[in-house]
Amino acid sequence: MTEINLDRYVARYASRTHGMNTSEIRALFAVANRPEVVSLAGGMPYTAALDFDALATVTQEVIRDSGPAAMQYGEGQGLPSLRQQLTEVMAAEGVRAHADDLVVTTGGQQALDLVAKLFCDPGDIVLAEGPSYVGALGAFASYQASVVHVAMDDEGMDPAALQAAVQRLAATGRSAKFLYTIPNHQNPAGSSMSLERREQVVAIAESHDLLIVEDNPYGLLDFKGELRPALRSLAPERVIYVGTLSKVLSPGLRIGWVTAAEPVRHKLVLLKEAADLCQSNLTQHVAERWFATQPWLRQIETFRDVYRRRCNALLDELAVSFPAGCSWTTPTGGLFVWVRLPDGVDARQLLPKALSARVAYVPGAGFYADGSGAAELRLSFCFPPADRIREGVRRLAEVLHAEIQLLDAIYGRRP
Amino acid sequence: MPVRVAVLAGGLSLERDVSLRSGHRVAEALEDRGHSVTRLDLDDQLVPGLVNGDYDAVYLALHGKAGEDGTIQGLLELIGLPYTGPDAVASGLAWDKVVAKGMFRRGGVLTPDWVALSIDAIRDMGAVRALDRVVDRLGTPVVVKPAHGGAALGVHLVPDAGDLPAALVAAYSYDDVVLIERFVEGMEVAVSIVGGEILPVVEIAPKTGPYDFAARYTHGATQFHAPARLPQDTLAACATAGETAWRLAGCRHVTRADMIVDASGRPWLLELDTCPGMTETSLLPMAAAACGWSFPDLCERILQDALASADLPAGTAAAP
Repeated sequence: MTEINLDRYVARYASRTHGMNTSEIRALFAVANRPEVVSLAGGMPYTAALDFDALATVTQEVIRDSGPAAMQYGEGQGLPSLRQQLTEVMAAEGVRAHADDLVVTTGGQQALDLVAKLFCDPGDIVLAEGPSYVGALGAFASYQASVVHVAMDDEGMDPAALQAAVQRLAATGRSAKFLYTIPNHQNPAGSSMSLERREQVVAIAESHDLLIVEDNPYGLLDFKGELRPALRSLAPERVIYVGTLSKVLSPGLRIGWVTAAEPVRHKLVLLKEAADLCQSNLTQHVAERWFATQPWLRQIETFRDVYRRRCNALLDELAVSFPAGCSWTTPTGGLFVWVRLPDGVDARQLLPKALSARVAYVPGAGFYADGSGAAELRLSFCFPPADRIREGVRRLAEVLHAEIQLLDAIYGRRP
Repeated sequence: MPVRVAVLAGGLSLERDVSLRSGHRVAEALEDRGHSVTRLDLDDQLVPGLVNGDYDAVYLALHGKAGEDGTIQGLLELIGLPYTGPDAVASGLAWDKVVAKGMFRRGGVLTPDWVALSIDAIRDMGAVRALDRVVDRLGTPVVVKPAHGGAALGVHLVPDAGDLPAALVAAYSYDDVVLIERFVEGMEVAVSIVGGEILPVVEIAPKTGPYDFAARYTHGATQFHAPARLPQDTLAACATAGETAWRLAGCRHVTRADMIVDASGRPWLLELDTCPGMTETSLLPMAAAACGWSFPDLCERILQDALASADLPAGTAAAP
């Protein structure tokens, strides 16, 4: 036998994992983490803006005062006193909930995973904005659900497109298991749904008996502190609401939560326990004490100010440097700007050239489940300081100018 | 005897991820053998670190630009530290696929016919109007690839002339010079040479599609055989092609030759890789395993070769 078997388990893998291959794009991003490269790619919150003295005090108090409990297993639904604090975080956005309505999860990501696990059989359909959060698309794909995108514009999801998508499905005798949406400062598009649109989306959902999964990581990161009503507030029984502390405190704590109607919540607790028994009790205690003892809204204001300044730097430099034919969203909060390139420029294809020029972004295609988004890309402004952001945009602009020149020469668009 | 080795991996090349994986494995293997290993990345502290580091040798687990093109090799020659793999001149020759193919052809080694097109020629000299001549000369399908770099990054099989412009644009994302090569249908094989010894030919058969990045680095995505399921005289022809290329470029210590064996059993040399991958899915470790060498055996041999050639002047290549 001359055969070399590099993976003796290959015949045993579940069919849902068959598409999980090593990806060229993922490998290319290894360079993006080097300090020489300006990364406008990852949506990493600027945790350096946290008050670490306060965090140290809080953590020390937890260990000193509640050591045995913090080091113990916890409830599957999550620490009751933390759930109470999380309702305060929701209340800061005008969303009402009781502590019992919440299930604490490992970041918002696990909430999405559990929701998909609960609702999606292979081949089921999920509606989501196009583009949509890549982690949600991954979670839905891992349960073999198919995502049908709903177009969006500067005001977020287009209700007419939603209506059309629901009707198209109905015409084939199908319906979506749920609509997944990020109404505030959407990842990746950066846009927010107006109140009028929220009402229209909820009305469409009501008339077609469509469940909504509302993901709200960025609602408190509005640059002007403006608050928009949650879909959950408009239709409490119809909306499963997902929250997270990753953007308002720390992604390192891995704390998110899901709020849902009682029968759904009951199942989610069982699924959570089956997945990992319970959330880390230590980080739950730390978070609980943070919200109980610290001026947490002030911390969020600090984040907001940092992101607003950085967003302005990004937008200013885009206006100065980017080639004609490019357009982008103007976010009013959150972490992201969505850029549309001139037709024919392929953002995924261009990534190696950008990395060689020492700037990184995320190509748009990854935010669609249907292969679209070639001429789109996401820029995040949360992590690098403003001067580095400007430098990164200038580098990317040079790459784009050169690419457009090349395309003109190859396809003869220039005399 | 245990020595102090710096394993260099990472860098800013597009193959950083693969390099880090290679370097990690090599470092662990050399530690298992009792050597004192320091892992180094390419950054602005590299040269002072090497000068002051008191190392006996440097193991290069770098892939891509700066690591394979002669840059780091030239620096190490300047510093006077022995290092693994071909010297700066041989590395530079093999790195440039256009130069290397010319050298193979002059040396009598079959290599698929090709045309090189720089981005300058396209952008500033109207070379796009010569694309029909490229197709006339090479026929279709053709393979479009960056003239420098590995891991199949930016490589496209182009079935029709109409697809050529798009493939060029894609390849220019990786490099300013692109090679358009006649496609040879047949079995992909790799011939690894370690210290002049020719290892069993490895046959590469992706389960679906081409031997692209995913097929290279996903466990189980590609079927390998070592030795390749080929007649003895064909295996010998592959070995000869690899050996001749090694000699022409002036290689030493370790190099891998990638080729395609056509239906009539002729090997067509595509390129030399002077810093072959050392990951779990890489070809050189498979060839070594077919010889009965463990992975640490392989790393040890390459390291010992580097230590042994420490006293030779730069540019002295060992013939296989």
